[in-house]
Amino acid sequence: MKPGAAKRMRLAGMIRKESLQILRDPSSIAIAFVMPVVLLLLFGYGVSLDARKVPLAMVVEQPDASTASLIGAFRHSEYFEPQSFDSIQTAQQAFDLHEVFGIVWLRNDFSRRLLAEGDAPIGVIVNGVDANQARITGGYIQGVWQAWLADYARRHGVKLRAPVMLEPRIWFNAAVRSRNFLVPGLIAVIMTLIGAMLTSMVVAREWERGTMEALMVTPIRIGELVIGKLVPYFLLGMGGMLLSVAMALWQFDVPLRGSFWVLTAASALFMLVALGMGLLLSVVAKNQFVAGQVSIVVTFLPAFILSGFIFSIGSMPEPIQWITYLIPARYYVAILQSLFLAGDIWPIVLSNSAALLVMMVIFLGLARRKFHKRLDA
Amino acid sequence: MDSTAALVFEDVSKTFAAGGLSVRALDHVSIKTRPGLVTGLIGPDSAGKTTLMRLATGLLLPDSGSIHALGIDVLQRPLEVQSSVGYMPQRFGLYEDLTVQENLDLYADLQGVAPADRPARYRELMHMTGLAPFTRRLAGRLSGGMKQKLGLACTLVQPPRLLLLDEPTVGVDPVSRRELWAIVYRQVRDEGMSVLLSTAYLDEAERCDDVILMHAGRRLGQGTPASFSEPMRGRSFHVTAPSLGKRSLQTRLSGVPGIVDAIIEGEQVRVVTSAAGLPALPDIPDLTTSAAEPDFEDAFIAILKGDQSGATPAAATLDSHRVAQSAADKAVIEVRDLQRRFGDFHAVKAVSFSVQRGEIFGLLGANGAGKTTTFRMLCGLLPVSAGEVHVAGLDLRHAAARVRGRLGYMAQRFSLYADLTVLQNLRFFASAYGLNRRRSKQRISWSLDAFELEDYANARSADLPLGYKQRLAMAAALMHEPDILFLDEPTSGVDPLARREFWQHINALAEAGVTVLVTTHFMDEANYCDRLVIMAEGEVLAEGTPADMKARCRSKETPDPTMEDAFIALIEAHENTRKASAA
Amino acid sequence: MNTLQRILALAVKELLAVLRDKKSRFVLIGPPIAQLIIFGYAATFDLNDIPLAVYNEDRSVPSRELVARITGSPHFQLVATIDHDGQIAPLIDNRKALMVLHLGPRFSENLKRGKPAPAQVIIDGRNSNTALLTLGYLRTIFTDFNIAWAREHGTPPPPAILKIRPWYNENLLSRWFIVPGIVGLLTLVVTTIVTGLSVAREREAGTFDQLLVTPLRPVEILIGKSVPGILIGLIEGTFILLMAIYWFEVPLRGSLGALYLGMFLFLLSAVGIGLMISSLAVTQQQGILGAFLFLVPAVILSGFATPISNMPEFVQQLTLINPMRYFLIILRGVFLEGDSYALLFNQYWPMLIIAIVTLAMAGWLFRHRMN
Repeated sequence: MKPGAAKRMRLAGMIRKESLQILRDPSSIAIAFVMPVVLLLLFGYGVSLDARKVPLAMVVEQPDASTASLIGAFRHSEYFEPQSFDSIQTAQQAFDLHEVFGIVWLRNDFSRRLLAEGDAPIGVIVNGVDANQARITGGYIQGVWQAWLADYARRHGVKLRAPVMLEPRIWFNAAVRSRNFLVPGLIAVIMTLIGAMLTSMVVAREWERGTMEALMVTPIRIGELVIGKLVPYFLLGMGGMLLSVAMALWQFDVPLRGSFWVLTAASALFMLVALGMGLLLSVVAKNQFVAGQVSIVVTFLPAFILSGFIFSIGSMPEPIQWITYLIPARYYVAILQSLFLAGDIWPIVLSNSAALLVMMVIFLGLARRKFHKRLDA
Repeated sequence: MDSTAALVFEDVSKTFAAGGLSVRALDHVSIKTRPGLVTGLIGPDSAGKTTLMRLATGLLLPDSGSIHALGIDVLQRPLEVQSSVGYMPQRFGLYEDLTVQENLDLYADLQGVAPADRPARYRELMHMTGLAPFTRRLAGRLSGGMKQKLGLACTLVQPPRLLLLDEPTVGVDPVSRRELWAIVYRQVRDEGMSVLLSTAYLDEAERCDDVILMHAGRRLGQGTPASFSEPMRGRSFHVTAPSLGKRSLQTRLSGVPGIVDAIIEGEQVRVVTSAAGLPALPDIPDLTTSAAEPDFEDAFIAILKGDQSGATPAAATLDSHRVAQSAADKAVIEVRDLQRRFGDFHAVKAVSFSVQRGEIFGLLGANGAGKTTTFRMLCGLLPVSAGEVHVAGLDLRHAAARVRGRLGYMAQRFSLYADLTVLQNLRFFASAYGLNRRRSKQRISWSLDAFELEDYANARSADLPLGYKQRLAMAAALMHEPDILFLDEPTSGVDPLARREFWQHINALAEAGVTVLVTTHFMDEANYCDRLVIMAEGEVLAEGTPADMKARCRSKETPDPTMEDAFIALIEAHENTRKASAA
Repeated sequence: MNTLQRILALAVKELLAVLRDKKSRFVLIGPPIAQLIIFGYAATFDLNDIPLAVYNEDRSVPSRELVARITGSPHFQLVATIDHDGQIAPLIDNRKALMVLHLGPRFSENLKRGKPAPAQVIIDGRNSNTALLTLGYLRTIFTDFNIAWAREHGTPPPPAILKIRPWYNENLLSRWFIVPGIVGLLTLVVTTIVTGLSVAREREAGTFDQLLVTPLRPVEILIGKSVPGILIGLIEGTFILLMAIYWFEVPLRGSLGALYLGMFLFLLSAVGIGLMISSLAVTQQQGILGAFLFLVPAVILSGFATPISNMPEFVQQLTLINPMRYFLIILRGVFLEGDSYALLFNQYWPMLIIAIVTLAMAGWLFRHRMN
């Protein structure tokens, strides 16, 4: 037989074997298809930065028409759920018990001093423990207050003096839904986990069950072994990716403004990086237990924290920012967030893809180099 | 180098680093195997057999020396060797989630068997292994013996010129073992294959054309099996003394200078001496001696004991062992119509037997015969589906904790806490058995002393040599001076010398009145039992003394049957009746 | 007496086994420290150095002053100055700038005439959270500018300026929120894994049978296996607590006793869950998987990173059975709000119930699985 034909036969044999194993083993199907669904649902609904119906204590010392209209403004906002309290003391008790997130305290001279200069006759306290939530809620309170104030002034024929007026326009996500940026980022986290877990377990499994030793003494070359393992899991992983994208579009209503094909190509590239990472882990660990554990620690957590998926990289301390350059998910998150919300932004797609390409070459190359047909190396 | 040799090792050494220690697996080994023959690589555990096989296939690199397989330099051209050598590792890597056919296809692809040649080759292999009816079955659903045969078929899918088999018969029942050997010899005959086969079963050595004896990484000798056993002629004897009993006799004989080995064989004691002729024996009235046919094991023990300086330690005696006298004439273990079902599967069907005090009672059977299930029910690890079990006069179902306080248990594998030191393990079991401070101190110091564990008291249990692990496990099981000792395949993977020592301890315990229940797949060990049952498919096929068992299958062809012959005959008879009733 | 002695022996053995095994020692020491540092430093919602581009068509003194106020803030960093409309889109699209400030040519003219002077701000909304925070920072700067402008030009200052005072975390530092949470996160992870693997490890090593043939009763085995989990959790929790106070300098304002009571109840429920995993898992692999399957939702649905109140109603109900939810409130309450026993009573009793239920279920599963 010609060497080329023998090579093709070995490769086809490996791919067929891996595919059969995938079909028979419910756990790899589960990792590829059930896990993305569960994680997307869990994170998609569990992780949200959009405050809704924040309970606010309204303390009105001297009720009149203007206080009632302000409370009405809060009540009509989708962000708040105002509750009335008689005194600041009772409001503070509720605040301490976390029954309300903040207190809006309208003092007895509220209406009289309302349009006077300087500070408003209104005290606002928010629980600052969750700093982010406090900031966001503070922003919403300001928004309600200013809209109400403008309306009030107009109705009373007073011109509000505001020398510079802020006119914000938020691009790509006018409604400022956190889900629109969290869900694409989640796909990156989930793909990292799937890719690394699938491969890290499958190679380690061969070591543990003793099948690797029998494979090694056949004429198969290492390159063929690596490709034979990658191809079926690559296809499986891409299936999981498509499922996640479909869920993002139809379950979570995230718009896809870029091209589907660019998304598929970038995902394919990232899938190879993730598989390469898993392969490298399993070649080094040779033990399912260690490989599985390490793949969670070195892929999942960094992808979660350091990819820019939820915490922005620019705000991290310098040394930690350097570390993020080593996290493949970082580049994929950047591509995904742009493709979904902004469109085919080529400079972002290309530069991040280039980084992924480099990482793919490194991971697969290292895995190939570390993978010997010997037991003691 | 010799171009006619199938495999040549020249001065090969290999060292492994393990936990800061370096272990020399092979120490300047030179071997040469002749083509067209079955060469046996014989040696106890950790003799270096697996390392040698892996070196020969290029899976390991030697520290020094050169290796040629079929005239190819393994170090220079490993891929070429891997294309022409067949190798079946100890745990052959069958893909259990693939079918028999799919496993074969995979290896045919990897070995580059042309599609046109496959049907004929598959037919031949399936016929030879008897797997033809099972080609669509998942490999994981095959029995142990069938898996091993499938592994062999996968290795042979492209007939190699050199076949390396690493302990192919380990854990395989005697019937399947015979079949495996038949397949190997057929390859040698039909294909002119050269075979190197390693095994820890000494009786298999006699089936090889040529034998290489290995111990502790060194080659002790090479030759035909007869060339090993023949020099032993005049050094092997059978000794009996009915007045003393076989165990006391064995104990007395092992202390005699000039006697290398004394083991119980049926009702007799087999003795191997250090030089031709019997030394002066102790003065026992009805002592009779007769010359025995020397076998490979005699030679093996003689060579190994000559190799190992220092005598084996004396058997442990139980200090102040108090066995409940009231139970003296009652059966200590009473099993009636014992059953166990797992869903639809009837693992144990109506098993009954009883064991008397001070008896060594054996449970024998192939894998899946139900002996482990029975055993686990007796120690209370598995609930009984139906039937009655009385252990130490107590009903197991109602007084489990009290029963557990009176029995000792030693599992198949070493199963003490590997990360704890010897002393920490002993202390833990002393407390778990509820010994008070004074008693536990006394028992721990007895354990360290009787099993010679003082030097290792503060060593991590995982780092102990295998033989010492065995001793530690036994010390832990004896911590509370149990009346009954349960041993589940206690000697699997233990080398013949350590096995002998272990049985000396067991004998001493039985003499002291401890009842011992043991499962084993070593047929020669069945000889040590007073009585035994042979099980198959959840049923008891036979019960009796070892002599009874052998007597049953005595025929013209086998005038002096071994325990293995008896076992195979029983199983075959059982299969036949089953087939007849099915037909 | 005998029972106590046996339980003690088992607990000591468990502890020794965990501490002497290299792999488990690593699990106890490595990931917690790495996570503490990564979470402590990287998990922050606070924004620094927001990349900003300025498109100033006005180029007068007031407009420069406004720009200087923004670029002078630690939150912003000027990355580009542009001079025509077409440059805005590429900067935002390519994420070179998170926001562009556009001041029209008549900005200062309007300002001087007392007309409203619009300042257009374009923000990249791909990350909604940074967009909202950026807007918040800008609002503060603009308000300050307006007050200063009014004062300098003798015009009355703008009326009704709303000042929001955050309590307990006056400077709104994310770290004060995240770091106390890590105490809960890591004690949960470590305790669940230690107890979740303890039986599986023995099953794999074959020592479990050896243990079962001793006179130890199932209940004694369970108790003996929970003690080390609680001890290790307490030690680990104390270590992170000390790091939070002395390294990350999070103020501890409430009662330490109230915190430890919470930690103890929390550990009890974690041990209960760990033992449930333990009695179900046959191999350590399954144990790890089980622990992972429990831990991920438990952390996500605890309010550790994002508030429970933002979740859909149904998911909020689900968090009621999550012990971490309660412990996080205790931690943050004691650290920042200065809470003591009375205020935290509503967090204690649910954890106690969870602990009782999980421990009882673990006991039942344990007996059941053995048969």
